[in-house]
Amino acid sequence: MSKVLKDLLYSDDHEWVKKTKDNVVLVGITDFAQSQLGSIVFVDLPEAGDDIEKDEEFGAVESVKAASDLIAPVSGEIMEVNDDLVGEPELVNENAYEAWFLKVKLSDSSELDDLLSAEEYEDISE
Amino acid sequence: MQKKTCLYDRHKALGATMEPFADFIMPIRYTSIKEEHEAVRNHVGVFDVSHMGEIKILGPQAAKYADFMFSNDIINLKENHIAYGFMLHETGTVVDDLLAYKISEHEVLFVVNAANIEKDYLHLVDHTDDFDVRIRNESDQTSQLAIQGPEANDVLPDIIGGSIESLKPFTFKDVRYEGEMIIVSRTGYTGEDGFEVYASRGTIRTLWEVLLEKGVKPVGLGARDTLRFEASLPLYGNELTDEITPLEAGFSMFVKLDSNQDFLGREALEKQKKNGVEHRIVGIELEKRAVPRHGYPVYKDDEKIGYVTTGYLSITLGKPIAMAMVEKPHTNKKTAVDVEIRGRRIPGFVRKRTFYKRKK
Repeated sequence: MSKVLKDLLYSDDHEWVKKTKDNVVLVGITDFAQSQLGSIVFVDLPEAGDDIEKDEEFGAVESVKAASDLIAPVSGEIMEVNDDLVGEPELVNENAYEAWFLKVKLSDSSELDDLLSAEEYEDISE
Repeated sequence: MQKKTCLYDRHKALGATMEPFADFIMPIRYTSIKEEHEAVRNHVGVFDVSHMGEIKILGPQAAKYADFMFSNDIINLKENHIAYGFMLHETGTVVDDLLAYKISEHEVLFVVNAANIEKDYLHLVDHTDDFDVRIRNESDQTSQLAIQGPEANDVLPDIIGGSIESLKPFTFKDVRYEGEMIIVSRTGYTGEDGFEVYASRGTIRTLWEVLLEKGVKPVGLGARDTLRFEASLPLYGNELTDEITPLEAGFSMFVKLDSNQDFLGREALEKQKKNGVEHRIVGIELEKRAVPRHGYPVYKDDEKIGYVTTGYLSITLGKPIAMAMVEKPHTNKKTAVDVEIRGRRIPGFVRKRTFYKRKK
């Protein structure tokens, strides 16, 4: 059984979104996603300063066997990228909710309303 | 209807991730591919490879016929020896790659890929007219384990006996185990030392349990692929297909063109050797961290010159490496090439494709 944290928001594409302060969120992939992928060997991320667009691809997670596109759960400007994942992609397998990918300044905070609650996400990740 | 090997319930009980492979549902990984890969490189692991096909050639002209249907030499192969090679179409392209076990002049065993069992069987039967032989598909009755890794020889001989520790690479012997005559060979598909064992379903189940009790790690097909890839062993469907010849794949050492023995596909390959191949499989190493995968295009400047046949971020080397089929002018070592990954060109260079070789 994979873990779902109560205080996060989720996308259909198995990403989590965590509100940190007004209009700023952290984005990562869920425990369910990492368990489906298996050993993650590489995380291909954009750079700080780039914009991401909700529902558009912004990077990829590569496991030994497969590449999986990352789909933006929200729109905004990337403030920071988690550089730790470049050298230690296995951090995502170890704790998917600690291993954030991007810190994003939201361009439209109402997009958060479209995301799933923990209960709703549990239903689709079984 | 998906086939299950005799260990299906054991894999489920171990919590394996199961996926369809050929006609079978097979374990891809039990824990992680990386962990299982490293277990085989450094210790020992066991693979359920019961999906592999076993086709027996029987009759007075078995060896002669097998030699005609196989790119490598069976005529001069000694009994209890094994040869790696290819079954070829008349066009010289590969029907399948396989191990040929010479049991006697009257009996040869072809161990073939699961995905090709039916195709191989029909191909063999199709060419029996001029020979006194019978072809028997024993795949359903035969189960197989591969015990691989530097510690394989510390584990299996104690269990099976029969002095198998003295088996030389590419030889086999019949050993009595659990009241059954089974075949044990010094072969594998990982680049490590190891054994492959062929027996009935029940005996393989027993052996599997004993191996796990002794601490041998179960390893799935995921790590089997990363291991064979590092050792530059081809996978049918990637490096070898009905469209690719062994010369293009870079395996001319398993084709007996220097002998005077005739074999199906010989004429086409002789011609290709004389005229030179138009493309060939090479190794590529990328200079930036990324993961090249099967099918990704390879470029020289702005010209597409080929495609990746297999690629990984190598677990043993920690580097992005690939085997790729590229046009002949670009096959020299150190040639700068790009692999396109998600729309971006990642720079790399042509290199020797044996990425890993074990220390003897």
